[in-house]
Amino acid sequence: MSTVTHPSGERARPGRPAPRPAPSRGLVSRGRELGGRFFNGFSHLFLVVWAVMVIYPLLWVVMSAFKDDSEVIREPLSLIPDKLHWDNFTRAWGEGHLGAFFLNTLLVLVGSVFLTMLLGSMAAYVLARYEFPGNRLIYYMFLSGLTLPIYLAAVPLFKGVYNMGIVLPLLGPNRHLMLILVYVAWSLSFTVFFMHSFFRTLPDSIAEAAMVDGASHSRLFFSIMLPMAKPGLISIGIFNVLGQWNQWYLPTLLMQSVAGEPKNQVIAQGLIELSVNQGYKSDWSGLFAGVTMAMLPVLIVYIVFQRQVQSGLTAGVSK
Amino acid sequence: MRHGVARFVTGFLALPVALYLFYVVWPFAQAAGYSLTNWGGYSDKQEFVGLDNYVRLFSDELIRKAFWHNVFFLVTVPLFTIALALFLAFLLNVGGREDRAGIRGVFGSGLYKVIFFFPQVLSLVVIAVMWQQIYRSDNQGLINGLLMKIGLVDADNPIGFTADPEPFLGVPAVLWWLLFIAVWSGAGFYMVLFSAAMQSIPKDIYEAALLDGAGRFDTFFRITLPLLRDTISVAWVYLGFIALDMYALVFVMTPSQGGPNHASEIFASVLNFTAFQKGQFGYACAMGVALAIFTILLAALQLRITRRERIEY
Repeated sequence: MSTVTHPSGERARPGRPAPRPAPSRGLVSRGRELGGRFFNGFSHLFLVVWAVMVIYPLLWVVMSAFKDDSEVIREPLSLIPDKLHWDNFTRAWGEGHLGAFFLNTLLVLVGSVFLTMLLGSMAAYVLARYEFPGNRLIYYMFLSGLTLPIYLAAVPLFKGVYNMGIVLPLLGPNRHLMLILVYVAWSLSFTVFFMHSFFRTLPDSIAEAAMVDGASHSRLFFSIMLPMAKPGLISIGIFNVLGQWNQWYLPTLLMQSVAGEPKNQVIAQGLIELSVNQGYKSDWSGLFAGVTMAMLPVLIVYIVFQRQVQSGLTAGVSK
Repeated sequence: MRHGVARFVTGFLALPVALYLFYVVWPFAQAAGYSLTNWGGYSDKQEFVGLDNYVRLFSDELIRKAFWHNVFFLVTVPLFTIALALFLAFLLNVGGREDRAGIRGVFGSGLYKVIFFFPQVLSLVVIAVMWQQIYRSDNQGLINGLLMKIGLVDADNPIGFTADPEPFLGVPAVLWWLLFIAVWSGAGFYMVLFSAAMQSIPKDIYEAALLDGAGRFDTFFRITLPLLRDTISVAWVYLGFIALDMYALVFVMTPSQGGPNHASEIFASVLNFTAFQKGQFGYACAMGVALAIFTILLAALQLRITRRERIEY
């Protein structure tokens, strides 16, 4: 490719017809060029159709969130509301408790992602770089969590948390701290698995040099190894943020609201509740506002960091 | 020095291992134990019944139904998602114009990748609630509304979507509609995954093929696809797990979480109903163990089938 030199100014630009190849292959390539143009058109057509199929429903939800109820019923399909009804959002935020659920989710997420990353990397680091009896056993124990379905553990997990709450109320059902610890525990398998392979690839020479300079094991980890593993940390961090933000089964199981206590549930539960309630309240616009609020922040963050999110998540899967 | 290492290793492992043991390993182990009892969950009454629960599983109509629904998703979710993702990736990377430098990707492929990826960052609950509205069976639903407008659907006889138990190709219609959502939400992610894999194939392989006179179809089917084998098999395994986890869609979208008339029941929904509505914890745990064994066998099988010699490049 780079061996072909173009005289300056004559470089083929995308969108213009390509320069003619050697005459002996002219006929073949002209036919190909035609086929190529047709195929290019077909590709765009199909890709645009799929893009519309992805965007149109999302846009419809966001736009319906700005309509008032009578408009949702009268003009369900229109993408342009008469007027921007911000009150749907205030209603969903306040009466639907989504505001509180939102803050709960954030609170839990900050704690759980931080702890998952810290504890996950610590365990992965030790397992990847230190020889000791039981190393393999602990590694495979973490790994086994990748295949087991969460539903199997549901009943005993619920009971364990319930019993724990009798002794230590802070770790009982419907408590933020409990949910943080459960998220961390359930995220460890993949985090350890992923970071393990990452720490294995780091060079020994730097570790040795640091040890010669008198660094302790934990200092070596925190000031040298952890910074060197940054690309891996970002990937798995994105993976955990999205995964824990999107959790619904664990909170549904463990964060049931208790009468007389503050509502500690997370946003996914709030949405399910809203979608169930709306059945008899028929507050459609409020529901659309709720979905929009649960959807937009993540989408905006994704659009800003799309490169990192895409490469982070695909690395998470293909490693 | 050795003493220091031991202390360091223990210190670093203590907390993660303790959390993992308490919240993951211990519940799994207990589930296996409870599955041998007739524990109801809310009382202390608990008798050892041996393998009775497992025997009961085999004669349970509902479980049999749920099992086949799981199998349906297990086959269709990976199949349709991967086929569509590969097709989109093919268009994206091979669909552009052709010039002396070879075949280009289509113009704007970066933008397409950003858009197609949208559903991946949304939670299953958001997607489920959103599609609940899209699938509504009156003119307020996006699909029924649009189709009524152009006269393809009769206003008195709208499409039932997730409330439709009538079989289509031998499978309840509601399952096909749930499948559609799963494919809709997954295709973009796997397209990005396949695109990344395609781009890591060295350019000189394509140049050699171009010199030999290979067109874009030949190149794709004879070079790109075989070299993507590893990535596709990884995707297959992951989609297999996702297919087993269709519970969020069933939970939010179907009437009485597994309805109508048990037409969308899957393992997880039967398990939850048995445990938390009917209060048969012991039996529910047996279902869980059966599901776990099924999952592990499947994972092993998939890895075995898809394993092949790696192509190094």
